[in-house]
Amino acid sequence: MDTLLSGISLLAQWDVMIALVIGSIGGVIIGALPGVGPAVAIAILLPATFAFEPIVGLTLLLGIYGSSMYGGAIPAILINTPGTPVNALTTYDGYPMTKRGQGHRALSLAYSASFFGGIFSVVCLIVLSPLLALIAPHFGSREIFLAAFMGILLVVVAHRGQTFAAGMLACFGIFLNTVGLEPVKYTRRFTFEQSWLTSGFDLIVVVLGLFAISQAFLLLIDKDHAPGDTHVDGNMFSGLKELLGIKRIAGAASSLGVLMGMIPGVGEFTAQFLSYTYAQKTSKDPESFGDGSPEGLVASEAANNAVPGAAMIPLLALGIPGEALTAMMLSVFYVHNVIPGPQLFENQLDFVMALYVALILLNVIVLVFLLFSTNLLLKIIQIPTRFLGIMILTLSFIGVYSLRNSITDCAVAAGFGVFGLILKRLNLPIVPIILGMVLGGIMEVKLRSAMAAVKTPIDFISRPIAAIIFVMIVGILILHVRTLIKEHKAKTKPEPLGPDTEHSSQQG
Amino acid sequence: MTRIKFFQELFQRYRRPGDKVFAVVFLLFALFLLSQLGEQTQWVKRTKWFAQPSLWPTVAVCGMVIFSAFHALGSFVSPRIPGRWTEVVFWLRSLEYVLYFLVYVVLVPLCGYLPTTLVFALFLALRAGFRSKQALGLVLLFAFSVAIIFRGFLQVKIPAGQIYNYLPDALRAFALTYL
Repeated sequence: MDTLLSGISLLAQWDVMIALVIGSIGGVIIGALPGVGPAVAIAILLPATFAFEPIVGLTLLLGIYGSSMYGGAIPAILINTPGTPVNALTTYDGYPMTKRGQGHRALSLAYSASFFGGIFSVVCLIVLSPLLALIAPHFGSREIFLAAFMGILLVVVAHRGQTFAAGMLACFGIFLNTVGLEPVKYTRRFTFEQSWLTSGFDLIVVVLGLFAISQAFLLLIDKDHAPGDTHVDGNMFSGLKELLGIKRIAGAASSLGVLMGMIPGVGEFTAQFLSYTYAQKTSKDPESFGDGSPEGLVASEAANNAVPGAAMIPLLALGIPGEALTAMMLSVFYVHNVIPGPQLFENQLDFVMALYVALILLNVIVLVFLLFSTNLLLKIIQIPTRFLGIMILTLSFIGVYSLRNSITDCAVAAGFGVFGLILKRLNLPIVPIILGMVLGGIMEVKLRSAMAAVKTPIDFISRPIAAIIFVMIVGILILHVRTLIKEHKAKTKPEPLGPDTEHSSQQG
Repeated sequence: MTRIKFFQELFQRYRRPGDKVFAVVFLLFALFLLSQLGEQTQWVKRTKWFAQPSLWPTVAVCGMVIFSAFHALGSFVSPRIPGRWTEVVFWLRSLEYVLYFLVYVVLVPLCGYLPTTLVFALFLALRAGFRSKQALGLVLLFAFSVAIIFRGFLQVKIPAGQIYNYLPDALRAFALTYL
């Protein structure tokens, strides 16, 4: 209780509260704009937050992360265009409801489900925190190495149908992290005697290029379009009452969101897939799924909104980011010399609690904002896509250039922008590159320190937590192979290959 | 024949136009890195394998080669999709904006952040096809707000333009600090 109060007092500063409000409302707007996701916004804002205290910077970024999916549901439901990629499933049931004239009901239900998912995950985390504080110190170098390896493995196998692409891009990320002057033996790695390669590739430069600049190029080159004018009437509070009737689905979806958020490498897509499947299988009316089922809508929105809170767990407790957005947040910690990991949970639990309370507050702020300003937001999102491209490119400059006023950084970021554009056009995933960069670095350091105490290979997994993670890794591999065999056997005739069967591989 | 069919089915996947070009180029890039592995990384004496500087580049590059080889294989056995070179041209069109961006980057320390941003945003708007006074006005307003908020208010680290040194004394100090 004392830690909770101490956490609240950390938040009770004017700059933190302003960051929270700007982050929450800004996140909703960014999420509602098709073409700009939280990853673009976080990448752009990241260097600007380095000037703030860690709690202020993180609150701002957390606000954007936690609230963007609320906003993303609006165009998904009303105009069949997901605001963020993780709202794609929302279009399945949300848009048919709009076509039936139930747009306000769908929106209200989506807000309520998102709110439920968001709050549920934070409550779970607050309850779990003492337990995590107990377990976290048992994570030594070898456990963290194995957890990071599991993260890489999961991000590769989670990209079903694109495993090879995800694998090569994750390895590319690991490679990028190794370029430059290596800090232990001071040897050069892949510098080709170029001085600009000696300092290696900065994560933020790569992130800005792959997420933000690529998106700006894409929007500027592609055909210009703007979401049409639309309006929604009706009582936005009705969904809160309706959600009570679907609380079983909301609870299960949120639990799956929490679970999937906690596992590095997995995220919103898997959580949604599992919760949607569960909801459909246990529904009295499974045929209506995909054709305007309120249960489907709740399953999708509650699951994806439960993820951000849970994704903070591996980041804070182990220093291992599970996906691109938390990987970006990790750099905020590094800049301020706060190293997330077991010590943070042990010594600064109030800081962790402050972040959880911030997550609760942001959910409340967003819900209140949305209940009253959906129509205002519908006006804002009518920005033409090329105009958005100009905005993103202009803002990206600040992100890259303010790091160290380097023209080379800007050129590298622009290069990654072109690379990101190609990946986006081919629907190949970007996230494995970022996770490869971050987790690759963690694996290199942790393997070196872990092996100092390891005499035989079996020593590596002799401790209980290391053994559990090792069993999980083997289990993931076996399950993946089993799924592949099952899928292959089930393929009596080839699936129709085409846009109808694809889903977006992009995050943020 | 059955074996070939099985092989094809095993590696077939959904792709978009241009996938084969990307798969081949990436594989060639991975092979190039593999060929440079001995040259560009070192195996240090009296150091165990896990602390070798070349360990992780080797893991990464070998992984890139293996996965990209399978990725390219999948691309070759999947049905052909038209529009490959149109797509490649689309990728190359982004180089035009890379050029604009880099010119902007070079000009900022010379001409100052605010003036360059105003010109850059206006130029991009015209290039993107916006002609109405309202759109161009909004672009200028946006560029002005960004420059003032980030450099003036948040004091983000962007050097002052050299051109500001030629301003009258009263304005120079202000411009050097805020614009």
